[in-house]
Amino acid sequence: MSKELEPLSDPGLPEHIHRKADIDPIAAKRAERQVALLFSLSAFGTILFIYSFFFIKDDVFIFLPILGNTNAHQLGIGLGMAFGLFFIGMGAVHWAKTLMPDQEVIAYRHELKSEPQDRDALVKTAKEGAEAAGLGRRPLIKRSLIGAVALSGLPAVIMLRDLGPLPGKSLEQTSWKTGTRLVTDPGDRPIKASDLEVGAVAQVLPELLPGQKRTLEDIGKDAVLLIRLRPAEFQLNAERLSWTHEGIIAFSKICSHMGCAVALYEQTTKHLLCPCHQSTFDVTRAAKVIFGPSARPLPQLAITVDAEGNLIAKQPFTEAVGPSFWERSS
Amino acid sequence: MSARERVAGTVANYVDERTGAAAWMKKNLQKVFPDHWSFMLGEIALYSFVILLLSGTFLTFWFDPSMRTVVYEGSYQPLKEVEMSAAYASTLHISFDVRGGLLMRQIHHWAALIFMAAIVVHLMRVFFTGAFRKPREFNWILGIGLLTLGIVEGFLGYSLPDDLLSGTGLRIAEAIIQALPVVGTYISFFAFGGAFPGEVFIPRIYTVHILLLPGIFLALITVHLMLVWYQKHTQYPGPGRTEKNVVGYPLMPVYMAKAGGFFFIVFGVTAFLGAVASINPIWLYGPYTPGQISAGSQPDWYMGWLDGLVRMAPPIETHAFGHTISWNILLPGLIIPGILFTGMALYPFIESWMTGDKREHHLLDRPRNVPNRTALGVMALTFTLISLINGGNDIIATHFDLTINQIMWFSRIGIIILPPLSFVITKRICLSLQRADRELVLHGKETGRLVMLPHGEFIEVHEELSEAKKFALTQHEQPKAIALVTEDSGGVLNPKGIRAKLQARFSAANAENIAKPTATEVKELEGGHH
Repeated sequence: MSKELEPLSDPGLPEHIHRKADIDPIAAKRAERQVALLFSLSAFGTILFIYSFFFIKDDVFIFLPILGNTNAHQLGIGLGMAFGLFFIGMGAVHWAKTLMPDQEVIAYRHELKSEPQDRDALVKTAKEGAEAAGLGRRPLIKRSLIGAVALSGLPAVIMLRDLGPLPGKSLEQTSWKTGTRLVTDPGDRPIKASDLEVGAVAQVLPELLPGQKRTLEDIGKDAVLLIRLRPAEFQLNAERLSWTHEGIIAFSKICSHMGCAVALYEQTTKHLLCPCHQSTFDVTRAAKVIFGPSARPLPQLAITVDAEGNLIAKQPFTEAVGPSFWERSS
Repeated sequence: MSARERVAGTVANYVDERTGAAAWMKKNLQKVFPDHWSFMLGEIALYSFVILLLSGTFLTFWFDPSMRTVVYEGSYQPLKEVEMSAAYASTLHISFDVRGGLLMRQIHHWAALIFMAAIVVHLMRVFFTGAFRKPREFNWILGIGLLTLGIVEGFLGYSLPDDLLSGTGLRIAEAIIQALPVVGTYISFFAFGGAFPGEVFIPRIYTVHILLLPGIFLALITVHLMLVWYQKHTQYPGPGRTEKNVVGYPLMPVYMAKAGGFFFIVFGVTAFLGAVASINPIWLYGPYTPGQISAGSQPDWYMGWLDGLVRMAPPIETHAFGHTISWNILLPGLIIPGILFTGMALYPFIESWMTGDKREHHLLDRPRNVPNRTALGVMALTFTLISLINGGNDIIATHFDLTINQIMWFSRIGIIILPPLSFVITKRICLSLQRADRELVLHGKETGRLVMLPHGEFIEVHEELSEAKKFALTQHEQPKAIALVTEDSGGVLNPKGIRAKLQARFSAANAENIAKPTATEVKELEGGHH
């Protein structure tokens, strides 16, 4: 090594400096009392916990700065438990830092790798074992064993088959049929065009047949949002315009990105916003995506009215609602 | 011999005659642990895990992991008579009608957040000090495994109450599964027992959350700690500390008191948070239904960066041959996190290849002395931080009076530009700090005392550093670049070709350092003009 690269020499471990408690018996006594005080504070906490648990009613509220109106029972047991635990820890650490030896000691590392003769012995043992079993000489046994073990994993996978039904076409279908009446959610009341003022929004679901029950799976696909604009505000092609009724337009409420409920409607801009990932849809242009990660517009439901003037579905959704999936064709 | 000693002796003898534990105990009670505040980070994670086991067990006594519909009859008035799942109703029951139930729920949730935070900060400590180097690569990979499982476990945990917020989170998880090409729809239907949300998912993830994953955690943590024990802890460099020794306190009594005490401190602080800081008030969200949502939906922080990536993803889907591939979900939800975590797990091997360093290391690096690694770490952190910020873009927008569009565009552009920029800046800062260290060793530290010399010149008095300090600042090795061998003496081309070129390039970047002061330089200045 050339002289100019010589590093600075190691002066070795610095000399140990005694703490006050090591040399002064008064300081040591003081530290002892401090530790005992910390442990006593812990005991006080536990007593606070027991008192609060049994004797403070859980409907008593007290006002505290910062926290505001606070349930006294919750606060009492919580703080009691916190103090009970915290001060045991503080006591132990203070004890270790003031009174236990603080002289650092040195231990030596051993090399992790085994001695060469041990390694050789292991290789020899392994080889002898394999030789004795005849693995090398009897390839038929080896191959059939590997095959059998690999196959024996299959039942574990196959047994999971009954975790659920096959999807089939169910992701592409909703409960909306031609002529299904739109009903309010909540309330399940039929809805007339006149119930919605311009600028209003309503969440609707398909009407249940007598005896039918609505499941969350249904809502997850059927939820629809009605929005009423002035008809002149639409920028739709003829077909999509015919799917609206007197300025009322209906979209699937299930986001075309990841399935959250697209619940935020901004009246001034006529934008629908999904609160999960901020995909923004322009209502006037058939819910075209104008911002955010969604790649598709919200599916539009064609609506019209029946003889009594109630809003009904003109036809089922023409595409799958909700997030994309592999089998989705468009 | 006192009576107490006799009893203790009898018991010890009884155990030792049957286990031979005395020799092992004697050796290990004297085990030496180096002392440094940053070594407590992993401890916090470990203790939080114990707190999670304790508080979680308490919660299972009342929680009913079922999605059957019930009508709420408990004491929380606003939801009286409302239809909801048994899971949600029993969570309300724990919160309002079990004494200490709300406290335990909040302790459990806080402990989960602290667990994940401690893991992440512990990981940063291990990364920036180079503690993952040989022989600790296995433990690094175990750590990455624990981090990944922790994210999953936390997500499943806050999904269990089946409130409006967590149901929305599950809906998003379902969309990610469904986006998997070819098998996605099938896996989703198997996992949820049919269409989302179904009636089986909560009971299923309950088993995973309270049995399967905690079991795996216990096993991995055990191996993680056994390896720390067996390989002995790393230590920070300094006088008297070498690659061959460990300087610190013996397990018995100092470390036992400190570590044991620290468990109670962590538990106490978590209980304090549970007592005064409300977390996940599920009663405010209401029961889950797919048709509703609350504005400002936020996942827990360790999921926030993933959500932020999803939010900023470009709106791209491929529709071809009657099939759909959702890049807007796959890219931010699976591909980028996959690359990130794989890269992180393999980093010890990548670095060892880049530097050509195959030796054992037990002395930690000061981050400034390894500018490349430090800059790489800061780059990864910048990436995650921008994602995390974007994950809260709606909250930031309302609090700072910005539009979501502004924040989203900042994130979309920033996530590409800022990480490399932070690499360059960090590397420059590291080199500047090295320069400052060199100054300090050669010229001492500035005292702020100005002195006028007889001939009128003003100088500032510099105070020479102690030998110990000088050594601490100069003990590190400075790597040399690997020379690129394009062909050997016989004119044969290097068979490694492009790989050798890359390695030479990386190791050159890695070797870029400010020369540390040598003994000669220090000696020359001694007795000089200071």
